[in-house]
Amino acid sequence: MTEILVLVDHLEGAVRKPTYELLAIAKRLGTPSAVFIGGADKADAAVAAVTKFGAEKVYVVDDAEIKGYLVAPKAEALQQIAAQASPGAILISSSAEGKEIAGRLAVKLDSGLITDAVDVQVDGGSPVTTQSVFAGNFTVQAKVTQGTPIITVKPNAAAPEEVAGAGTVENVTVTISDSAKKAQVVASQPRQSSGRPELTEAAIVVSGGRGTGGDFSEVEGLADSLGAAVGASRAAVDSGWVPHTFQIGQTGKTVSPQLYIAAGISGAIQHRAGMQTSKTIIAINKDEEAPIFELVDFGVVGDLKSVLPAASSAITASKG
Amino acid sequence: MNIVVCVKFVPDSTADQAFESDNTVDRVGVPGLLSELDEYAVEQALQLKEKNEAPDSVTVTALSVGPEGAADAIRKALQMGADAGVHVVDDAIAGSDALATSKVLAAAIKKVGDVDVIVCGMASTDGGMSVVPAMLAERLDLPQVTFASVIESQGNQFRIKRDGDIATEVIGAVAPLVLSVTDQTGEARYPSFKGIMAAKKKPLESYSLADLGVDAGEVGLSAAWTAVDSTEARPPRTAGTIVTDEDGSGAKALTEFLASKKFI
Ligand SMILES: Cc1cc2nc3c(=O)[nH]c(=O)nc-3n(C[C@H](O)[C@H](O)[C@H](O)COP(=O)(O)OP(=O)(O)OC[C@H]3O[C@@H](n4cnc5c(N)ncnc54)[C@H](O)[C@@H]3O)c2cc1C
Ligand SMILES: Nc1ncnc2c1ncn2[C@@H]1O[C@H](COP(=O)(O)O)[C@@H](O)[C@H]1O
Repeated sequence: MTEILVLVDHLEGAVRKPTYELLAIAKRLGTPSAVFIGGADKADAAVAAVTKFGAEKVYVVDDAEIKGYLVAPKAEALQQIAAQASPGAILISSSAEGKEIAGRLAVKLDSGLITDAVDVQVDGGSPVTTQSVFAGNFTVQAKVTQGTPIITVKPNAAAPEEVAGAGTVENVTVTISDSAKKAQVVASQPRQSSGRPELTEAAIVVSGGRGTGGDFSEVEGLADSLGAAVGASRAAVDSGWVPHTFQIGQTGKTVSPQLYIAAGISGAIQHRAGMQTSKTIIAINKDEEAPIFELVDFGVVGDLKSVLPAASSAITASKG
Repeated sequence: MNIVVCVKFVPDSTADQAFESDNTVDRVGVPGLLSELDEYAVEQALQLKEKNEAPDSVTVTALSVGPEGAADAIRKALQMGADAGVHVVDDAIAGSDALATSKVLAAAIKKVGDVDVIVCGMASTDGGMSVVPAMLAERLDLPQVTFASVIESQGNQFRIKRDGDIATEVIGAVAPLVLSVTDQTGEARYPSFKGIMAAKKKPLESYSLADLGVDAGEVGLSAAWTAVDSTEARPPRTAGTIVTDEDGSGAKALTEFLASKKFI
């Protein structure tokens, strides 16, 4: 069976969940091989993690020389591994970095690229992707017709499968050109963890907008009672109430959770673009004319300052 | 210093977007305009010029690859303050994927000459792949610093700030380079009356693929390396239940709804 390369998305060796989803997709297409680019001392933990989720082979690239040099060296490393493995497809997480690595790699390999797949299935041996386009108003099925299909996949596109693979390690030495080392991270301020689920991976998201008036405590309270992630509209971000990483929409994150709750958000097209494909949508808004109500499964016309806290205590109470 | 700002002509996202029968984006039936997200790129290109020690020595060229109407997008950039426009228009380009688009853009940038900075938007509002800047950088063998929320430069040294999921980073690179900017960089200016009048006299050159030495067989729908098999409009959402909160009834109904859907 042909090898399918999966680029491991990790933070200092801690593998992130979307990688396991990619491994599950890789299994549909062929034999999953993970590619770990990171610190040599972090490799063991990452290898163990991806093996548990089905990696038959793990290519390990020590990044001592390229750490901090952004995407160009990673694309070169993948190109060299692809030349050796002749994979049937290359799967990468649909993060900003993942898409850029994929973009450079597509040019290098003369291969077609599909980004932001929400599903990948097999048809006649080759991958068929589903994408959600135009603010989630259309779904599109597409195929790569040239070269090695390179596909970036959104979080939650598949369920991780905890079935161990062989996990055979192959250490690879790659040659990185000087021109790939021209953009460098010169400072980095790690984000404080909120202790809540990752926005793009969460099953439930509670978002607040301008209607919160700047106090997100009611939104956070409801989120915590449901074990949800907290999101926001751009108006809330632009007002400086929450960091930009909370923003949902065209220029923020796209989420597609089981449940999305919008509080004090009007539902502008740019906001919809990031949440429209959520399975169940609930809104709380003072204005019964707010466009967000066109999208909802359930809506409450009312003041979020009273509705949210009352709902949070009822939910907490119901859990005993 | 030579700055090229890449601007895309896109279907208006507030109008109903649609597909043609060959599954390409309808760029004719839907009104088009300069991609809103590329306005931020134009703004940053203009600010780089204005903050330069010798602004008059800096040329900002707005470049677009697209149909006839794309000239409107370039004109808007000229009205905002860009100095010159380049429009690559050729029937053979229709239906190009990001790979082909980046190939044509790269050829056009080479034609412009010694370019120091290429500024792109963070994503086009139609395709929205966010990959053209990286592809351009790859084709031109340049570093890329993307998704900038703040740009600072001194001579040919660039520092950008970007908000990542894991960290807020400062990235350094030396021009020539490719930049992409987010809507966090600050509001784009509106064309002034003076700007609109001045734009009429600014050079706007139009090139075909042959002018750029790009083989027509390498671009367009038939040469695309991805194929769309089908497109489907999302079924409209069925109207939901809407209740009005009175003395706590809203929270109660909301909790019952959550329970009925097994969220609690
Ligand atoms: C290029 C571009 C990109 C953009 N990208 C994004 C994006 O990624 N994400 C995004 O969200 N927006 C984006 N926007 C902005 C978008 O157009 C809207 O301006 C924004 O979404 C509005 O945020 P809001 O709904 O919080 O604020 P508003 O539109 O002001 O709505 C606030 C709502 O709160 C309600 N309200 C007020 N008080 C209460 C209360 N006490 N209880 C209950 N309800 C209350 C009001 O009735 C109102 O409906 C973008 C815009 C542009 C031009
Ligand atoms: N046809 C085009 N003409 C000019 N610039 C483009 C074109 N397509 C993409 N770009 C630039 O590349 C950026 C990212 O586009 P995309 O990768 O399509 O999301 C845009 O914001 C533009 O700056």
